[in-house]
Amino acid sequence: MEPLRKYAQERVAPLVSEMDENSSMADEVIKSLFELGLMGIEISTEYGGTGSSFFSSVLVIEELAKVDPSVAVLCDIQNTLINTLMSNLGTEEQKAKYLPRLATDMIGSFCLSEAGSGSDAFAMKTKAEKHKDYYIINGSKMWISSAEHAGVFLVLANADVSAGYRGITCFIVDRDTEGLEIGKKENKLGLRASSTCAVNFDNVKVHEKNILGKVGQGYKYAIGMLNGGRIGIAAQMLGLAQGCFDHAVPYTRQRMQFGKRIFDFQGLQHQIAYVATQLEAARLLTYNAARLKEAGRPFVKEACMSKYFAAEVATLTTSKCIEWMGGVGFTKDYPIEKYYRDCKIGTIYEGTSNIQLSTVAKLLDQEYNS
Amino acid sequence: MAARVLVGVKRVIDYAVKIRVKPDNTGVVTDGVKHSMNPFCEIAVEEAVRLKEKKLVKEVVAVSCGPQQVQETIRTALAMGADRGIHVEVSGKDYDSLGPLQVSKILAALAKKEEASLIILGKQAIDDDCNQTGQMTAALLDWPQGTFASEVAVEGDKLKVIREVDGGLETIKINLPAVVTADLRLNTPRYATLPNIMKAKKKKITNVKPGDLGVDLTSRLEVLRVDEPPQRQAGVKVETVEDLVGKLKEAGRI
Repeated sequence: MEPLRKYAQERVAPLVSEMDENSSMADEVIKSLFELGLMGIEISTEYGGTGSSFFSSVLVIEELAKVDPSVAVLCDIQNTLINTLMSNLGTEEQKAKYLPRLATDMIGSFCLSEAGSGSDAFAMKTKAEKHKDYYIINGSKMWISSAEHAGVFLVLANADVSAGYRGITCFIVDRDTEGLEIGKKENKLGLRASSTCAVNFDNVKVHEKNILGKVGQGYKYAIGMLNGGRIGIAAQMLGLAQGCFDHAVPYTRQRMQFGKRIFDFQGLQHQIAYVATQLEAARLLTYNAARLKEAGRPFVKEACMSKYFAAEVATLTTSKCIEWMGGVGFTKDYPIEKYYRDCKIGTIYEGTSNIQLSTVAKLLDQEYNS
Repeated sequence: MAARVLVGVKRVIDYAVKIRVKPDNTGVVTDGVKHSMNPFCEIAVEEAVRLKEKKLVKEVVAVSCGPQQVQETIRTALAMGADRGIHVEVSGKDYDSLGPLQVSKILAALAKKEEASLIILGKQAIDDDCNQTGQMTAALLDWPQGTFASEVAVEGDKLKVIREVDGGLETIKINLPAVVTADLRLNTPRYATLPNIMKAKKKKITNVKPGDLGVDLTSRLEVLRVDEPPQRQAGVKVETVEDLVGKLKEAGRI
């Protein structure tokens, strides 16, 4: 990961503050992510991807998040959500059309949530009306990451409302499709450089060959893919916490008060050691979940645990780091406050902490069933 | 054209690290300190890889002398596009006293063994600043040298090298085989892409002992002492220009 660290430090770090201030991802960063093969990590080399493993994606996301969690989430969504869905479910024709572009120059967005359906994803209202060999999609998606720059959208819409959630279908919709409109960008507390927009569908016509997988199976695909996606978010939160920690601890070793380094006060040492331990635990949870997934073993419980725990650790770490840095931690001149703002979304997106806990509980209930 | 290029890469303390002198003044602290490829060696690797991409060279071989850890440095060169690596095993006291003379003997022997017709090195290493290895290697091989190169162009079986010298730029034409040393403005090294980092893991690194190359590692130099630079003394502030002139005269400066 050393060359990646170098890239992140030299090419991304100098732009982080400005991207945060302007709520905008620099074109140069997007371009270099593609150039370095970081947007197609698991895509097979036959489609122009890097041909590497899920674990590599996890390490890349963690490393990028140390420098900028917004850049990490762009990389995470592309690799763990979009590329995974396309690679696993795409027909040969769909894969040949989209995978090479996703690996080299096109960003994808995943459209599931709506104003009225977040955790209760199946309550979505976006509909896809069937006509002969095409569908007409109408509805509004909200909170869609990377929408500003995405060239393709994977849209979950209900093609058979009478079947309830078993009508939800995944559609591949190109950006330039008539009727697809990118709404305004949200003005967020954190992860500001990652664009988060509403995406509106006004009589968007989509041919049935643009259905990813099977009609009515969309709900299953979404859940399945989010299970892996949460390990990616865990990696992002982990990197965020580590990056913040790596900025704060050197400060405590230099700052002198009462004739000694503030690091030398036992009170601070205990806090720092405690946070370091929590970080290590989060790391092991995340890596273990990734290992289990890659080995084809059951991993959903561990994935939920890792995402939930890493988000909590990120919140704890960033909060403490600001305290350790005192007044300067509270100013925008130092990078710490940004990590504190960025971490909050970790407990919310890709499955809230409560949803993670409910899932773990449900799995435990099943485990003790026999 | 040159079939094979040898590129020397040195593992040095990372340029961003704050160097500390060992308490016994025998050297600097290296244990646990971040190391990376010498920046001028990176530029050398980049130039070699570009020559290969232009199909002017068939194979780029990265060489490093030192203990086990230098394999990381060779891997970085492989990730940047070198085809294979050679690790010349030198460790312990031999490594502590390894300098340009021994390295140039090793490179000369390897150049003959590998039938290389071009050697590209960094102009100097950022730890010892010797700026000797390229020149010595050329002399041992009786090859022409283009040092402090800011531009290298292949012209048939000759090399045109533009050198950065005190007076400006000097353009020379030298026959191949030759030794070139890279200066700062020769190129901007690429970041290794993730696919290349993965490919590099599979590329071959062969291990070689200096003895196998018939090289004697005895150093003719002995480091007596290493000290930190003297602490900067506090300055003096003056109120007027007259005061300034007076103080300068006092200090014998004017």
